[in-house]
Amino acid sequence: MIKPTPSQTVGPFYGYALPFAGGGDLAHGGIVLHGRVYDGAGEPVPDALLEFWQSDPDGGLRGAPGSLRRDPVTGAIIGRHGLDFTGFGRVATDADGRWMLRTLMPGLPYISVCVFARGLGHHLYTRAYLRDEPGDRLLAALEPGRRATLMAAEEREGVYVFDVRLQGEQETVFLDFG
Amino acid sequence: MTQERISAEIADLHEAYLKEGVERHHAARDFAPYRSSALRHPHQPLVVVDDPEAAELTGPVFGVTDVTALDADLTRQHQGQPLGERITVTGRVLDRAGRPVRGQLVEVWQANASGRYLHQRDDHPAPLDPNFTGVGRCLTDDEGRYAFTTVRPGAYPWRNHRNAWRPAHIHFSLFGTAFAQRLITQMYFPGDPLFPYDPIFNSVLDERARQRMIAAYDHDLSVPEWSLGYRWDIVLDGPSATWMES
Ligand SMILES: [Fe+3]
Repeated sequence: MIKPTPSQTVGPFYGYALPFAGGGDLAHGGIVLHGRVYDGAGEPVPDALLEFWQSDPDGGLRGAPGSLRRDPVTGAIIGRHGLDFTGFGRVATDADGRWMLRTLMPGLPYISVCVFARGLGHHLYTRAYLRDEPGDRLLAALEPGRRATLMAAEEREGVYVFDVRLQGEQETVFLDFG
Repeated sequence: MTQERISAEIADLHEAYLKEGVERHHAARDFAPYRSSALRHPHQPLVVVDDPEAAELTGPVFGVTDVTALDADLTRQHQGQPLGERITVTGRVLDRAGRPVRGQLVEVWQANASGRYLHQRDDHPAPLDPNFTGVGRCLTDDEGRYAFTTVRPGAYPWRNHRNAWRPAHIHFSLFGTAFAQRLITQMYFPGDPLFPYDPIFNSVLDERARQRMIAAYDHDLSVPEWSLGYRWDIVLDGPSATWMES
């Protein structure tokens, strides 16, 4: 087993390299997941980058290429063609710490979230649960206060809110996959 | 905040790491000399997910529609040639079992030769280069190989403390076969005199791990009359499930 290359912070200047047009638009006509990222003082984080990975509505985890599909003439990113479900999203927070994802309801009860930010030396994983599924191994292992930080709230039909708190009271549960 | 104070804090934390005697590969999330880490790291320990069905053991895939041939050559994205020392950077992306990561997306971004990013919030008074954007992408080949042609980025100042300068670096973003192998890191250049002063480089507490972020100059990769060559292999960390399966 060889030793891994260390992580480093994404820094403040990823904005013209990583976010891409339609990065948060996996699919239309499904659900909306949105929220904000907060720091330990309760202030919104305007320079975080969130990535999302999820199963398709049948629970499949194959994904598909084409999240950054290109215009052959200009090279510009024109986004997914909408036929295949790529399962991958990437959104930078805005000046108010907000982000938004349009996607399909996953077959698994959660959408995986990876958080990068200036000031964060190593990214953090969490999950936005869209429903409480009895028997889910992670939810079952958490005490209720901590479990609540992983539950997206359905504000109105098909619109879910999920905030990420990097530190402090109601700090989001972050995950280690071993 | 003086460099002297920051350097003393770094030395203390490196010493405490050695005393603890537990090997850590990645940047410490709580690293006081990197000031903006203070409010942006969790206080609670991470929760271990031990689930062979976890979605994070799979990950997004990318393909030929996600990159164009020109994306890997950062010197050909404008009408003229960028200023600076032209370099090629190449290496392999491997998992911890040493197996190549094939057909995956590698993304890079960097400052220009003067140490300036093409970013609205970069107000370092060094010149922008109309012939350099500083963004590249490619897919790894069947041996896990990536390659970029670019210019060597300059060092640049930042406001962490008085007279704070980042060593020259290229930002790298990598995907493995599992979302849990995701990596964002920075590649550094050998022999940079700024290493001991930089809180971000030194947020990796382990000396040998820090060395793994430094590319090697490779004269065989230098192209006559054209560019100097650097080699940098990248090993993705990840759950044991991603490197134990055959
Ligand atoms: Fe940088």
